[in-house]
Amino acid sequence: MVVDSSTPAVTAALVRVEDPELPGAGDPQVTVLAERVTVDGRAHGELLAPQIQAVLAEGGAAPGDLAAVVAGTGPGPFTGLRAGMVTAAALGHALDIPVYGVCSLDGIGHGQPGRLLVATDARRKEVYWAVYSGGVRVDGPAVDKPAAVSVEVDAAAGDGADRYAEVFGLPLLPPRYPSARALAALAADRVRAKAPGETLTPRYLRRPDAVAPGERKPALP
Amino acid sequence: MKTEPLVLGIETSCDETGVGVVRGHTLLADEVASSVEEHARFGGVVPEVASRAHFEAMVPTVQRALDTAGITLADVDAIAVTAGPGLAGALLVGVAAAKAYALAAGKPIYGVNHLAAHVAVDTLEHGPLPEPAIALLVSGGHSSLLQVDDLAGRVEPLGATIDDAAGEAFDKVARLLGLPFPGGPPIDRAARDGQIVIPFPRGLSAARDLVEHRFDFSFSGLKTAVARWVEARQRAGEPVPVNDVAASFQEAVCDVLTNKAVDACLDRGVRTLVIGGGVAANSRIRALAQERCDKHGITLRVPRPKLCTDNGAMVAALGAHLVAAGAAPGALGLPTDSAMPITVVTA
Ligand SMILES: [Zn+2]
Repeated sequence: MVVDSSTPAVTAALVRVEDPELPGAGDPQVTVLAERVTVDGRAHGELLAPQIQAVLAEGGAAPGDLAAVVAGTGPGPFTGLRAGMVTAAALGHALDIPVYGVCSLDGIGHGQPGRLLVATDARRKEVYWAVYSGGVRVDGPAVDKPAAVSVEVDAAAGDGADRYAEVFGLPLLPPRYPSARALAALAADRVRAKAPGETLTPRYLRRPDAVAPGERKPALP
Repeated sequence: MKTEPLVLGIETSCDETGVGVVRGHTLLADEVASSVEEHARFGGVVPEVASRAHFEAMVPTVQRALDTAGITLADVDAIAVTAGPGLAGALLVGVAAAKAYALAAGKPIYGVNHLAAHVAVDTLEHGPLPEPAIALLVSGGHSSLLQVDDLAGRVEPLGATIDDAAGEAFDKVARLLGLPFPGGPPIDRAARDGQIVIPFPRGLSAARDLVEHRFDFSFSGLKTAVARWVEARQRAGEPVPVNDVAASFQEAVCDVLTNKAVDACLDRGVRTLVIGGGVAANSRIRALAQERCDKHGITLRVPRPKLCTDNGAMVAALGAHLVAAGAAPGALGLPTDSAMPITVVTA
């Protein structure tokens, strides 16, 4: 099961990861059996569990058939990101199966040719970004104002790259949001090796907004 | 004979990650991971700090609760979770986790009202709740007076705070007196060595206020009155008698709360009063409520302090009550509602 909620696209996908050593293994070795993506930045918590249920039903699988959970770990806006990650962690815990984290931006940059800037919308007029060379992340992830991202690349991808296309001035490539297939492919080696599960760490990249109180205002005039 | 429902409850509406396990009216586990210390230097709960802590604590706290209860997820009859009211981002962590547990284990899910859960937790200590009952719920986040006709579905709001919550007033006065956050326990302790000598105001208790706000509360004016009194002393270069201020302030809060709660019982002809929420752990409110209830022949039910503060057991207790009452479970898409009205017991 692949889940990602780091962008307005709430994603759940049932994926088969095949063992290339086994006879009859397909090619590609990562097959998306069922996928649900809903773009709604304010309803991650409501959409995700029904989507997981839907892809299981469509793929003819029961929760107990799952071998692993793959979760996009952001960066992404805090509340939405956590909805997907806590769902993944609880699913893995309940089913006693490993959970693997993948940087959500890698779900956009994975397997892309050339040098690519991946940028997603971080709100507050900023983007979460990373740079890929030959599909491999070579810089980032980080969060900055679009104008402050100064990198040598051939193209850009992601909803942040689209939103600030005028600032970046780069040709725009798909996908707009992390691809479940790419996230699964990035965790495929761990899935095949039955690697120990991980304690997921959200890539917040920002501190919580919190200020220690200043001097109290006097109540007397 | 059918055994009583076994329910796992998850609570994340504020700064405590609570997971409880209850069978009927029997408490099997009550595990709490608190982020209160992370909020202390801010003088109040920082929502994002609380949400991050909930995320980290969720799986380990669920595991601890299952271990303590000696059960597995497969054993439970249902999963209950606080759907509101509370901090939006914090609620979402618990609800998303509860949905994943429910989906994975194939169990029904109940998204429940936090305030109703504060009432339900008393059944773990005192057994089934006589209905109707009046409930006074007081904490850092809420101050409500309710009439509980049916804990599984019919709860009527009688009154609530029109400004600060009672627990918030404790926090602010504690800060004023140089006492730590959260302010309830240190004020309670300081008050024990103090005298009730300063006549601080009783909010919404004057005859004209009682017309419209008979069962409502206001603590903002009290907080300001305490600040003015303390500042006047400081400006005059006199020492501030911290213990007396704490005792007098605490008395003003507890006097109004218990007065209005007993008044509600008498007005509605209800013979049972339940008090819950973090402020119900205060020793003075417990003593004063007992004294006033005894005088009027009202049965007072206050759970032990550990059950008064936010926890998962209260959510599990309400969940078990809902299952036993045959209430319909929620959907996997159930929303959180940070302003969930008390008239909605289960989403
Ligand atoms: Zn509470």
